[in-house]
Amino acid sequence: MTKTQKQSEKPSVGAVLSKHKASYLMMAPYFLLFTCFTILPVVASMFISLTYFNMLELPKFVGWTNYLKLLLEDDIFIISLKNTLILAVITGPVSYLLCLLFAWIINEFKGKLRAFLTLIFYAPSIAGQAYLVWNIILTGDRYGLLNGFLLQNDFIQEPILWMVTAKYVLPVLIIVQLWLSLGTGFLAFIAGLQTIDKALYEAAAIDGIKNRWQELWFVTLPAIKPQLMFGAVMQITASFAIADVSIQLAGNPSVGYAGATIVTHLQDYGGVRFEMGYASAIATVLFLLMIGTNKLVQRLLRKVGD
Amino acid sequence: MVKVKNSEGPVIVKETFFERVFRREKKLNRSRAGNTMMFFFMALFGVFMVMPLIIVINNALKPLDEIFTYPPRIFVRNPTFENFTDLFISMSDTWVPFTRYIFNTTIIMGCGVVGHVVIASFAAYPLAKHTFPGKKALFTLVILSLMFTYQVTQIPNYVIISFLGFNNTYLALILPAWGYGLGLYLMKQFMEQIPDSLLESARMDGSGEVRVFWQIIMPNVKPAWLTLAIFQFQTMWGNTGYMFLRSEELKPLQFAMQQIAAGGARRAGEAMAVAFVLAAIPITFFLICQSSILETMTTSGMKD
Repeated sequence: MTKTQKQSEKPSVGAVLSKHKASYLMMAPYFLLFTCFTILPVVASMFISLTYFNMLELPKFVGWTNYLKLLLEDDIFIISLKNTLILAVITGPVSYLLCLLFAWIINEFKGKLRAFLTLIFYAPSIAGQAYLVWNIILTGDRYGLLNGFLLQNDFIQEPILWMVTAKYVLPVLIIVQLWLSLGTGFLAFIAGLQTIDKALYEAAAIDGIKNRWQELWFVTLPAIKPQLMFGAVMQITASFAIADVSIQLAGNPSVGYAGATIVTHLQDYGGVRFEMGYASAIATVLFLLMIGTNKLVQRLLRKVGD
Repeated sequence: MVKVKNSEGPVIVKETFFERVFRREKKLNRSRAGNTMMFFFMALFGVFMVMPLIIVINNALKPLDEIFTYPPRIFVRNPTFENFTDLFISMSDTWVPFTRYIFNTTIIMGCGVVGHVVIASFAAYPLAKHTFPGKKALFTLVILSLMFTYQVTQIPNYVIISFLGFNNTYLALILPAWGYGLGLYLMKQFMEQIPDSLLESARMDGSGEVRVFWQIIMPNVKPAWLTLAIFQFQTMWGNTGYMFLRSEELKPLQFAMQQIAAGGARRAGEAMAVAFVLAAIPITFFLICQSSILETMTTSGMKD
């Protein structure tokens, strides 16, 4: 359609609305709520981040002050940004690959065994606050399961104070987060793998695919590309939002801020200090990081199998 | 192999249980060494994944003296239900009657889950099957919403909910839950696979869109309802509403149980029982609906 045609045929807003009345009406309730509780808050958060706001008085406009303070003066934010990036860079890709790898291996099994394995690997991510059990495993005295095990087998002589020794905090958080991270993306991969047409594999074998690794790269991955994209979004978003695990296992503030992440910092300012403008600036930085990384990774994933 | 006559016509070949477990047929491109390696890899990680959950179960069954012993043991020696009976005693002893907490959870979860499934399905249908201006933009917004977490919007959300006057009511938890993005996304992707011819024939008979939705679409997306319900349940289960629900008589079960669990060493046994109950409920739901969920997730892919 050329531009002039398009303009001459462009119907009025009213005509469009009445023509597609059914569609718009059916979507109205959802998108009203979506606007109210998702779009509006994101926009509002950006505005609040330019103000001083303590929930009691009206917000005062302060320009870029919050961002300047955040990036130039707030040492703890820099630490938490660094921790978040370390956690995201490790747990994001590793959990993504683990999801894919486990889904791929589980797909080799059949029937009840497959269902059972799926349950075992998926259960931690839906078990609510069951991750608190890591507190029992990592208790810093002799009664901790891990310390008890290490002491009895003479690997160590003194119990290790796991969550109050700065150098152990981040590695432990990474391990616990990986344990928790086989979630929605993992299910999407399992489901995607189940639907691949077997004829594809037979054709590939005739074309000279020699082993399972070649098969994985040339047949399986391209076939589940849409699921790969979806799973990436789920894993990346989760890896940037790590907070509850850190707060529950290492405390907030954690020793030497070793477990501080952007979200724990956000909760410190939003939930404890009531500096909502500043907290919103943190939220906006987090928002941009999450969206930016997701967009970047999607661009990379489009190349799979091309 | 067992041949089963199918009423639709062609004969289906079904594997017997024995064949399913010990398959003799050789799969393409699979070496025995590779299979063994994979098996050990799976076993290793399987133990890592399942161990913490086993500890939860064992601790819930331990009598108090076994919880604090040296050397610490993973497995229980003298299993007992003491922790659960203690939990029941604590529950019957709360200031707000415990049935009230159960009632609150039922209302919040029930409304949140059912409302979300209905509202998200309503919106998913036009996005999947109609063409209208703005369709692509709306769906892109929903996909964008999957790319960040609720922490980003927490502060404005609090302001908005207070402004609407829903603070300290059930609605503060229910209404935002109705607008979650993941449910709409999955439902729309699932609806797309329903053949258009099915809808056309219903429209020929003079059915309006709402009728088509209830009579053709909804019965065909049953697995997706269940999936949305489970995911919604899991998301809401973790939210005890501490920000919004200040009145004790409005708080949900999870909150009350966590309060009991926070009672220090004296209640260490009960805390274990709480951890077990709070984990067992969502896992049980998943167990029941696993096949429906996997069916829905086959359509979860993002096609640009």
